[in-house]
Amino acid sequence: MSTTNTTGDSKDAITGSDVKISCRSVWKVYGDNADAKFQALSKHHTNANPLRQSLIDEGLIVAAADVSFDVRAGEIFIIMGLSGSGKSTMVRCLSRLVEPTSGEVLLDGEDLLSANDKELIKIRRHRMGMVFQNFGLMPHLTVLENIGFPLKLQGRSSQDRQARAKEVIKLVGLAGREDSFPRELSGGQQQRVGIARSLAVEPDVWLLDEPFSALDPLIRRQMQDEFLRLQSLLNKTIVFITHDFLEALRLADRIAIMKDGQLVQVGTPTELVLNPVNDYVAEFTKDVPRDRVITVGELAIDAANENLSKQLPEGTPTINGGTTLDSVMPLFESHPHGVSVEHKGENLGVVTPAMVIKALAQQQQPA
Amino acid sequence: MSSNTASRYSFWIWPPLLAVCALMIWFAPSVSWLRTPPASWSLPVVDITNQVTDVFVGFAKPFFRAIGELFAYPMEALQSLLQWLPWPATVAIFTAFAWVAAGWKLSLFTVFALMYMVVTGYWAPSMNTLGTVLISVPLALAIGFGLAVITYSSPKVNRIVQPMLDFMQTVPTFAYLIPIMLLFGFGPVVGVIASAIYACPPMVRNMIVGLQQVPADIIESGRMSGATPAQLFWQVRVPNAMSTIMVGVNQATMAALSMVIIAAIIGSSADIGWEVLNQMRKARFGESLIAGLVIALFAMVLDRISLGFSDRSRAVARQHASVLVRSAPWAIALSVVVLCVAFAPQITWFSVWPEGWVFYPADSINAALQYVTKEYADFMKGIKNSALFYFLLPIRIGFVKAISPFSWGFALEPWMMHAYALGAGVLSLLGAWRFSWRIAVGVIIIATILWFGMTGIPWAVFILVVSTLAWQVAGVRVGLMSLFAWLFMVVTGIWDQAMVSVAMCLAAVLVCLLLGGALGVWASRSDRVSSFIRPINDTLQSMPLFVILIPFLMFFQIGEFTSFLAIIAYAIVPCIRYTEHGLRNVPETTVEAAVAMGSTPRQLLWNVKLPLALPQIMLGLNQCVMFALAMLVITALVGSKGLGQSVYIALSNSNAGQGLVAGFGMAFIAIVADRILQGWSLTRQKELGLV
Repeated sequence: MSTTNTTGDSKDAITGSDVKISCRSVWKVYGDNADAKFQALSKHHTNANPLRQSLIDEGLIVAAADVSFDVRAGEIFIIMGLSGSGKSTMVRCLSRLVEPTSGEVLLDGEDLLSANDKELIKIRRHRMGMVFQNFGLMPHLTVLENIGFPLKLQGRSSQDRQARAKEVIKLVGLAGREDSFPRELSGGQQQRVGIARSLAVEPDVWLLDEPFSALDPLIRRQMQDEFLRLQSLLNKTIVFITHDFLEALRLADRIAIMKDGQLVQVGTPTELVLNPVNDYVAEFTKDVPRDRVITVGELAIDAANENLSKQLPEGTPTINGGTTLDSVMPLFESHPHGVSVEHKGENLGVVTPAMVIKALAQQQQPA
Repeated sequence: MSSNTASRYSFWIWPPLLAVCALMIWFAPSVSWLRTPPASWSLPVVDITNQVTDVFVGFAKPFFRAIGELFAYPMEALQSLLQWLPWPATVAIFTAFAWVAAGWKLSLFTVFALMYMVVTGYWAPSMNTLGTVLISVPLALAIGFGLAVITYSSPKVNRIVQPMLDFMQTVPTFAYLIPIMLLFGFGPVVGVIASAIYACPPMVRNMIVGLQQVPADIIESGRMSGATPAQLFWQVRVPNAMSTIMVGVNQATMAALSMVIIAAIIGSSADIGWEVLNQMRKARFGESLIAGLVIALFAMVLDRISLGFSDRSRAVARQHASVLVRSAPWAIALSVVVLCVAFAPQITWFSVWPEGWVFYPADSINAALQYVTKEYADFMKGIKNSALFYFLLPIRIGFVKAISPFSWGFALEPWMMHAYALGAGVLSLLGAWRFSWRIAVGVIIIATILWFGMTGIPWAVFILVVSTLAWQVAGVRVGLMSLFAWLFMVVTGIWDQAMVSVAMCLAAVLVCLLLGGALGVWASRSDRVSSFIRPINDTLQSMPLFVILIPFLMFFQIGEFTSFLAIIAYAIVPCIRYTEHGLRNVPETTVEAAVAMGSTPRQLLWNVKLPLALPQIMLGLNQCVMFALAMLVITALVGSKGLGQSVYIALSNSNAGQGLVAGFGMAFIAIVADRILQGWSLTRQKELGLV
């Protein structure tokens, strides 16, 4: 056995660092005279928390409170939260389906909130695609027409639309169902149409609002795999909303956890699992099987300075840094001294059984 | 019951209120203003309205006449086209529409219906009616569409338009005709204008509802697809609201047809409505039945075709069909049209159905009718008189006047009155003891109504009791609204007619509630009964109102009883429908729980299903009252009294003031009844946790 690639879930531990979307102190407040009240109250408070509290005391609903995060190009950024946590509001602020009360949203460094209606339509037509929980398909249009709909709005010719729509249909594996109507399709198929439609305009930002929540668990699993496959082909910048922590773990490069309109913690799945900032996050991570979350790459980097690689015997396999611990453990049976870890040709160091045990044992302590 | 509704039903209002009422009833015989509002109280509303109308009409008439002319041209052109077109061609076109809308069954029915018009020799007047409808429906749809778009896009406009729509639908049809007649003059164009206006509200209403009901995620997906506001409206909202909009089209079409028929009263053109009305006035029942059937068939064909287009599953099937299949009906119809037009000069019966081939069995119908009415005269008189003496009269004039040797066979003695009062008192106490104080109050009110009759109760008593009731079940605003509405009747001097109408309506609604409720219960338990009743209901609902009069008129002649039956026939439909719907939609789990607890079918019905279905049944009752009032006006044609008659008389005298006042009176009764019943239903639904 030489370079063994992973059998389990693999994800890129390392991503590009250029920021695509940037959210700076975004607030969204609902209620009577919300804007005016926010303006007035924000003068009295410099800190977010007291401001939020006094807005609530005014009888307003604070759907997003001082939310800031960056999404890097090519990253899968997941916003996770229970219902009412403000996650759907956040993704709508990114696309301005919901107008933020205050704050900045930067897309490629340009302020999205200052775009006028015309510019906004242009941005939506060419640079953003969105997938909805309940699919949002037009019931009176066929699959082909639904997928071509954004192109039709742009005024592209019928031939052009059909050609592009057929391409995307093939991509999502719905070839042959072009002339069906949405109600003739299963939920999973309908969401494939939704995905195809959002990709038809070749956006670089892809927003998905609980895309798989309305599907059965088995289908959901399939669609998640499908989603990862598509992303490996397309390399979009993705903001993905879910209330399912396991889904988030499975798909995310980084996860932002929201609660009551506030961002609780942002980090990679491993960071959340190993270092939850508070009980709320810990509650989610409690029952997560850590060996399926923590990757060898993360352990190897932590231990890089110990420089253990020289002590390894000949014939030690090298594995990908994105491999999770559960898949590396069987290797220790024949390689008790550990294995070496690489990522994209770069040597990250070594992972030993002791390191794995330590990492797994750490989490057993109460948070 | 939740605490906030409990506080509204307050017991302590009733004893003093009933005491005051008792005093008023006691003194009524000696104090005349308690019995009827004195003439000196009435404001000169009628005269002022007439003066205002006169000024306005004098000033605006040329303008409106010009508009009338404008519509007269296309209408006359269309009518002459339809007259010129050989009948097989028209039949072919209609059949093609029916085929596309709903398949071969409907197209077969359409052929049958149109052939009936040909064979009975009513083709020419039918085509005139069709011409009018074909102008007024698009007009109504266009106005409705525009109005809906404006209303939809501005919440401010919406706040004004919605109550106006409510009001427009409760003003009786005749009342529309008066101002329109004054402005546009007589003639068929009035029918076009009146029906276009009358048919607007359902279009506007359905379209707004449709637009508002488009799911949020579809709107969002449209916006994220980069739709401009105009694209969002036309390519996302409108197509998604289409099936609801088509329901609006259907309702508007039926309303327009109904109004075109009614407009015959002033139109006197050679259309089918005029034919029916004319025959009815001459008491030629066989003839009016044959002509009435034309209207009925018209209504059914138009109804089914327009409904067919609103059925989404058919629309999908249509889109799936190949071009060949899709265009086949049109191709066939077109070739028939071409052939017919080409051969019309040779084959004359294409254009004019020969005299000798006409099948017109009026004489045999009349003969048969005469035989039946003669043979069963006693039986029918028996039914009629019992209904009148023991039911209609007590509600209108009370036992106190209804009981006489002529009607009941004995005269009213003082001891009977005492016994009645005692009986009512005991019943009331029994109600209070066994059930609740509300039953007790109800018993007292009903006993009083039956004793004095609607017209015999002092007006102030009626107003106080009804408005308090309105306040108790539906809130302060409805209570005040009721107070205002009834005072309007007092100051405009239409109190007596209003009470006659209320009495008639009440009587009919009671029967509808009991009979319709029973039928609804039956239909909810048996699919066979349900599928038998449904098409009858559909047909009754789509019928222009005065067609319904004909069969009852045939057997019971002109008079109150005929109106009574006609009202019931029309207004019972919602009672049946809503009862069935309510009972069938009781949550499955609740029923299962009750069955699991071992309840018998009877217990299930009375203790579980009916209480849960009550709010739905109340809505049915609400609709029933609206329908009854609508029909009540039409029955003025066959001699019912009350406000409907006032409107009808005003129409024949072109008295705008009288017509509008009586029409508004009617509308106020309808609106108050509507708000009370809806308020009650809503309160119940909240209590049951259904909303």
